[in-house]
Amino acid sequence: MSVPISARTIDLAGARRPARREWIVFARRLARRRTALFGLVVVTVVIVSALGASWLSAYDPIEQDIANRLRPPGSVDAAGRTHLLGTDHLGRDILARMIFGARPALMVGFAAVAISGVLGMGVGLISGYFGGRIDDVFMRLADIQLAFPFILLAIAVIGVLGPSLPVIIVVIGVSSWVVYARVVRGAVLSLREREFVQAAHALGSRDGRVLVRHILPNALTPWLVVATLDMARVIVIESALSFLGLGVQPPTPTWGGMLADGRVYISTAWWLATFPGLAILITVLGINLFGDGLRDTLDPRLKL
Amino acid sequence: MLKTGLFLIISCLPLYPEVATTTQARDAYAKLPLSFEENKGQTDPQVKYLTRGPGFILYLTGDPALILLPPDASAEDVQKFREAMGFNDPFFVQYGRFLAGALRGNFGQSVRHGEPAFDLVIERMPATFELSGAALVVALCLAIPAGIISAVRRNSALDYVSTVVALLGQSMPTFWLGIMLILVFSVQFNLLPSSGRGTLEHLILPAITLGLFTTARITRLTRSGMLEVLGQDYIRTARAKGVSDPPVVWKHALKNAAIPIVTIVGIELGTLLGGSVITETIFAWPGVGRLSVQAIYNRDYPVVQAAVFLLSSTFVLVNLVVDVLYTYLDPRIRLR
Repeated sequence: MSVPISARTIDLAGARRPARREWIVFARRLARRRTALFGLVVVTVVIVSALGASWLSAYDPIEQDIANRLRPPGSVDAAGRTHLLGTDHLGRDILARMIFGARPALMVGFAAVAISGVLGMGVGLISGYFGGRIDDVFMRLADIQLAFPFILLAIAVIGVLGPSLPVIIVVIGVSSWVVYARVVRGAVLSLREREFVQAAHALGSRDGRVLVRHILPNALTPWLVVATLDMARVIVIESALSFLGLGVQPPTPTWGGMLADGRVYISTAWWLATFPGLAILITVLGINLFGDGLRDTLDPRLKL
Repeated sequence: MLKTGLFLIISCLPLYPEVATTTQARDAYAKLPLSFEENKGQTDPQVKYLTRGPGFILYLTGDPALILLPPDASAEDVQKFREAMGFNDPFFVQYGRFLAGALRGNFGQSVRHGEPAFDLVIERMPATFELSGAALVVALCLAIPAGIISAVRRNSALDYVSTVVALLGQSMPTFWLGIMLILVFSVQFNLLPSSGRGTLEHLILPAITLGLFTTARITRLTRSGMLEVLGQDYIRTARAKGVSDPPVVWKHALKNAAIPIVTIVGIELGTLLGGSVITETIFAWPGVGRLSVQAIYNRDYPVVQAAVFLLSSTFVLVNLVVDVLYTYLDPRIRLR
C-alpha cells in the first residue's frame, strides 16, 4: 500500500512545481527585455523615493527661504547648502519638492487604477459571460463614457466638489473603467467557450463560481497589462489636474502644481518648470516601458 | 443613423443635473421667501438625492439647491426651492424637460456673459476645430511616414529614432511640452508667438503640442500594423509577381494596414477635442476648451453643459463618419 502513496506524493510535488517554474520563466523572459527592465528600475526608484521621501531629501519641501528665491541649479545658499536643482519662487528646494511630489502622483495612480480596475473587471466579467441585454447596456454605457471629453468632466466635477485627494481618486477611478471592461469582456467571450469552463459547468458549478474560480484567473493577464499602462495615463491626468489648480492643494508639493508655478517664471527661471516635467516624463516613460514589456511577454497579441 | 441619434440623446443623460443652475433657477430662487432659521437636516435630503438611480456620478456634483441657496437656508426653504424648480418631479420628467430645451439648442443663459450659452460655445467652435484639425494634420503627416519607414527599414537607425521619439511622445505630459516649446521658441529664440490666435505662426506651437501624443500613438500603430501586413502571403505573392517595392508598400500593404489607423484617428479626435482644454489654456487659444475651463472656475454651468454637449456630439459624429469610411477601405465590412 505504501508504494502508491509515495508515488502519489511525488506526483503532487511534480504538479506543484510547474507553477513556480512558470513564474521563473516569465521573470526571465521579462528580464531579457532591456527596456522593460529599465522601466521596472525607474518605477522602483520612483516608488522608493515616494516612500522614503523624508529620509532621502535633505530639505523640507515646504520650508520657504525668500532670501534664496529663484536660485539656479547647483547654487549654494548663504548657509552653505547646495540646491542641486535650484530653488523656486519661494526659495523652496526643487529637488526636495520633486521627491515629495512623487507621493500624490503614485497615491492617485495606485488608488484610481484599483477602483477603475475592479469596476472594469466586474463589468467585463458580467458583460462577457452573460451577454445579451446586460452586455448591450454595459457596452452602450461604455460608449457614452468614451464620448465625453474626460478632462472636462473631471474638471467640472472636481470644480464643484472641491479638490481633495479622495475626490480626485474617485473621479479618475470611476470614469476610467471602460478599457478594462472591454479587454476583460473580450477575454471572457473566448474563455466562456473553452472546455474547462464547460467541464466546470458539467460538474455542477454555479455561474458565480465558474466566473470567479475559472474565468477570472484567466482574464487577469490582459487586465494586468491594461492596469499597468493605465497607471501611466492616470499619473499624467493627476498632474494635469494639479497644473490647472484642481489637484491636491498647496502647500503639498505636486509635479503639476510645481509646473504651474514655474510657468509664471518661464522667461527668467527655466528650471522651475523644466524639472518637475522631467519627473513626470521619466516616471510615465518607466511605467510605459514596463507595461509594454509585460504585454509582450504575457500577451503579445493584445492590442492597446 | 437611428442608433447614432439615440446615442446622442442618451449622451446628454449625465449632463442633466447641472440644468437647474441656469439663470432661471436663480430668478426663481430670488423670488423665494427666505427665512434664516436653523439649518437642520441639510445632509439628510442630500443623501436622499444622491441615492436616486441614474446619472449617479454627476449627482455627486451636488444638489443644485444646496449650491444655490445660502448655507444657512432652512430645510423648509430647500424643500420649497426644490418644489419651485421641479426637482421633486420624477427623474425622467426632469430629464425630459432638459432634453426638450437642449434639442432646441437652449442650454440657458450664461451666468457670466449674459448671452445664451449655446451661442457662446458655437462662437468658439471654429477656433477649437482649427486647433484640433491642425494637430491631426501634424500627427498624420509625421506619424504615417515615420511608421511606414520604421516598418520597412526595421531595426535601422531611422526605426530606432522614431520608436524612441514615439515612446517619449507618449509619455510626455501635454502641458509640459507646451511650456518647453514656449521656453525654447518664444522666450529663447523669439521665433514664434506664445499665445493668441490669428496668423499661421500662432497655430504652430499649439498644434505641435496637442498633436504629439496622437503622433506617437499613430506612429506605433502604423509600424506594428505594417509589420504584420508585410509578413502576409499576398505581399510575398505581389513581390514574387515582380511588383516593385514602392507599390507593394504604398498600395498593397498600406491599404490593408489602414483600418486600425482609421479607427484610432476617430478615437484620437476625441482625445484632441478633450486635450484642447489644456493646450488652449497654456497658449491662451480662444476656443471651447479655454472657455469651459473659465466657465468652470466661474461656476457658469450652462456654458459648461453646452460645451460638453457640443464637444461630445462632435466626437460621436466623427466616429459615425469613421464607421462609414470603413466600408470604403474594406468592402468586407458592411454596415447593417
